[in-house]
Amino acid sequence: MSFRVTHDLHRRRFGRNLGLGLVLAGLVALVFGLTVVKVTTDDFRMLVDQEEVQ
Amino acid sequence: MSDASVDTARTASGLQPHDAGFGDFFALLKPRVMTLVVFTAFVGLLAAPASVHPVVGLAAILFIAVGGGAAGALNMWWESDIDALMKRTSRRPIPAGRVTRDEAFAFGMALVAMSVVMLWLATNALAAAILAFTIFFYVVIYTMGLKRWTPQNIVIGGAAGAFPPMIGWAAATGTVSLESVLMFGLIFLWTPPHFWALALFMRGDYDTAGVPMLTVTHGRRSTRRHILGYTMVLAAMAVGAAFTGIGGPVYLGVALVFNAAFLRDAVAIWRRDEEMAEADNFKVERHAFKLSLWYLFAHFSAILAEATLGSFGLGGFGLEGWS
Repeated sequence: MSFRVTHDLHRRRFGRNLGLGLVLAGLVALVFGLTVVKVTTDDFRMLVDQEEVQ
Repeated sequence: MSDASVDTARTASGLQPHDAGFGDFFALLKPRVMTLVVFTAFVGLLAAPASVHPVVGLAAILFIAVGGGAAGALNMWWESDIDALMKRTSRRPIPAGRVTRDEAFAFGMALVAMSVVMLWLATNALAAAILAFTIFFYVVIYTMGLKRWTPQNIVIGGAAGAFPPMIGWAAATGTVSLESVLMFGLIFLWTPPHFWALALFMRGDYDTAGVPMLTVTHGRRSTRRHILGYTMVLAAMAVGAAFTGIGGPVYLGVALVFNAAFLRDAVAIWRRDEEMAEADNFKVERHAFKLSLWYLFAHFSAILAEATLGSFGLGGFGLEGWS
């Protein structure tokens, strides 16, 4: 059985995988940034303070 | 799987459905429409009288854009049958055979869930709820329901495209107010004359697909009247918005110039008949369509300019104690 390498297929799949990888990396960075912003706002501190009071 | 079955799975483009590249999935998001969504949502977010952290603002715009793109993917999933019939849309990923309908549906639904939940977490429940309603409105009410049934489809579709600045405003303030409704109204009332001007000089595609366009169902004379009617209401609202929290002298100047020009074109379109239009190859209709593109961009740029000036203590008419 012979196996023919389909170069265009590989190129498209590589492009798709690379694109998806970059999108996921960007999403992780964004969620991390959002988390940092959320936990450093006054609203977040107020919730922590309330729990300490209770 | 035999070679024969592989061959039958191959499409006109010579590729199997699962050969789709990253660009094919990106194309499902209708990136050209997404630019309008991003720009108007950005203006809505910055024009709102509330400060938003840049990272939260970036996340909000991104998830609004992804939500809009997801709606576009679901629109292409549902409309792949008529997309294949129309020259303008026949090269889209599904009719071209690069992406299957099932892939497009799964892709769209996953992005809908992700964008709505992430917008909620990044901003607030109201912004996420309006985004979810916008997607529902565009996909279910417009695409699946009314587009193929009523010649007012452009008006209904325009409503879906008008929500992004309202979502941006809600993301910043957590509320819906007169100003955000006015930004909605600007796009909502602008859409019909914009598309009907195009429909007057672009014929054929929608007839082939069986989509009822006003030019066909009610005639071109009626379409010309509709363009004038909508433009008059649009002009009144656009100029009136100058005296609200999003307006000011810069916006008023832009609104007066562009609405006068758009009204002049709408009156010219109304006064012409088909013989006159064909004699100069729809010169006035083409001009009105091009002007309408600049019209929307200019109005939202002016709102953005007023918001920027406002942050320096300038701009606005000081009617609402804008700081």
